[in-house]
Amino acid sequence: MPTTSTGSSTQLIENEDGHEHGLSRKATMLGMIAVSAEGVCRRYGRRWALVDVSFEVPEATVVMVAGRNGSGKSTLLRTLATAIRPDRGTVRILGRHSQDERDEVRETIALLDHYTHLYEPLTALENLDIVARFLGKNRSREALLALLEEVGLADRAEDPIGTFSAGMRKRLAIARVLQQEARVVLLDEPYGDLDPPGFLLVDGILERLRASGATVLMATHLLQRGRALCSRALVLESGRLVYSGAASEMPGAAANIAGFAEGA
Amino acid sequence: MNGILAALRKDLLLTWRGRLQIVAVFAFGAAALLLFSFAIGPDSSALRQHAAGFLWLAMLLASTLSLAESFERELEERALTGLLLLPVSAAVLYYGKAIANLIQLALVGVLLVPVMVILYDAGTLRLLPLLGVIVLGAAGLSAPGTLYAAMTAQARARQALLPLLLFPLVVPVLLAAVKATSLLVLGDPMGQIRPWATLLAAFAVIHLSLCGLLFGRVVDEG
Repeated sequence: MPTTSTGSSTQLIENEDGHEHGLSRKATMLGMIAVSAEGVCRRYGRRWALVDVSFEVPEATVVMVAGRNGSGKSTLLRTLATAIRPDRGTVRILGRHSQDERDEVRETIALLDHYTHLYEPLTALENLDIVARFLGKNRSREALLALLEEVGLADRAEDPIGTFSAGMRKRLAIARVLQQEARVVLLDEPYGDLDPPGFLLVDGILERLRASGATVLMATHLLQRGRALCSRALVLESGRLVYSGAASEMPGAAANIAGFAEGA
Repeated sequence: MNGILAALRKDLLLTWRGRLQIVAVFAFGAAALLLFSFAIGPDSSALRQHAAGFLWLAMLLASTLSLAESFERELEERALTGLLLLPVSAAVLYYGKAIANLIQLALVGVLLVPVMVILYDAGTLRLLPLLGVIVLGAAGLSAPGTLYAAMTAQARARQALLPLLLFPLVVPVLLAAVKATSLLVLGDPMGQIRPWATLLAAFAVIHLSLCGLLFGRVVDEG
């Protein structure tokens, strides 16, 4: 367990985000915090992937999670999604403890992972049908086709995933996330593998999620898009949270830490 | 119950899409039966005597192929992880897969019976009880086999690990299944088949109950 982390990472957040934390405390009292992490640490073997990460995200907020490759973005999202357990610290989703109340938390979250979570031998429709059956949601062919239409895959509904390109798989994985109608949506590089129309598709989906009141945490390397679409930003460096605040006011130092070149 | 049906439907659909695998598993079992018959030689009485034992050995060996294969699709794009992140209990996913494996293994067993009849001259007219024994034996193999296949699915030496872990555990199932099948093939003047079948059912129930509880621990990545 690293001992020097607490001071550095938390200090910076408090300095740069003092006002927001004040709002968060009030929001907590009103029960409006969607995601909270407190002193979250996670390691793989001897390497710490997350070090004393603490932040709060109010409901109906779209948050950009930024940082260089290997900075801990995916580990953070997977920890929030209950896919992995934190070694230390506490995660709460909509007020529920992510480990003690894991089943309840899983009813409220959806994760777009690096892995698509799809079955290669099955068709796009069959993959969505499986999820619908587990969720007990509307699984009429029309409803599933409408979902595929939304992500531009309606004409490939009956094709096995094994014949899909990486971008098409990503689109289907996004449809799978939308299907869950979760209140907290965790998107790990949703623009990855997509073509320009796919970028616009994700932009539209983010807007729609924001309008529906969902809370979104999105890991991305696209600074301008992130600033335009997200109201808040979290920046990670070597597993430490080095910035938490308004996305539009992200200081140059934090942007550099996140690995952004100006104009990216 | 709806969750188990959804999981079963998913696994049967995956099995159907990879149905050539069942043919390969059956061919493997038939080849094993053929090779075992060479070991006995042309003594028809000895062949009949050992037919049930070799049938279940062939099924046991074939089961390691189908059990390991049942988790291949789950790991390709971490589909199982995706399902676990839904509000679905791990036990539900286990029972769906264990039942699908049971059906697949029982089907292979049923297909191997005619091969046994031809190679070992060991037939029986008590087809329904034989089907029952095959189903119970398949349940006794697939229940712990599904759990161990999940445990070893991500290991490098999974082909060796799965039989290493599974075989010692299913020895009682194998003994009971062989005994019950022998009684059906060779005759059952003392009416001993019922206790052996009951023993097989007990093993299946115990394994299904315990493995359902343990599956969540095995597939939890945290």
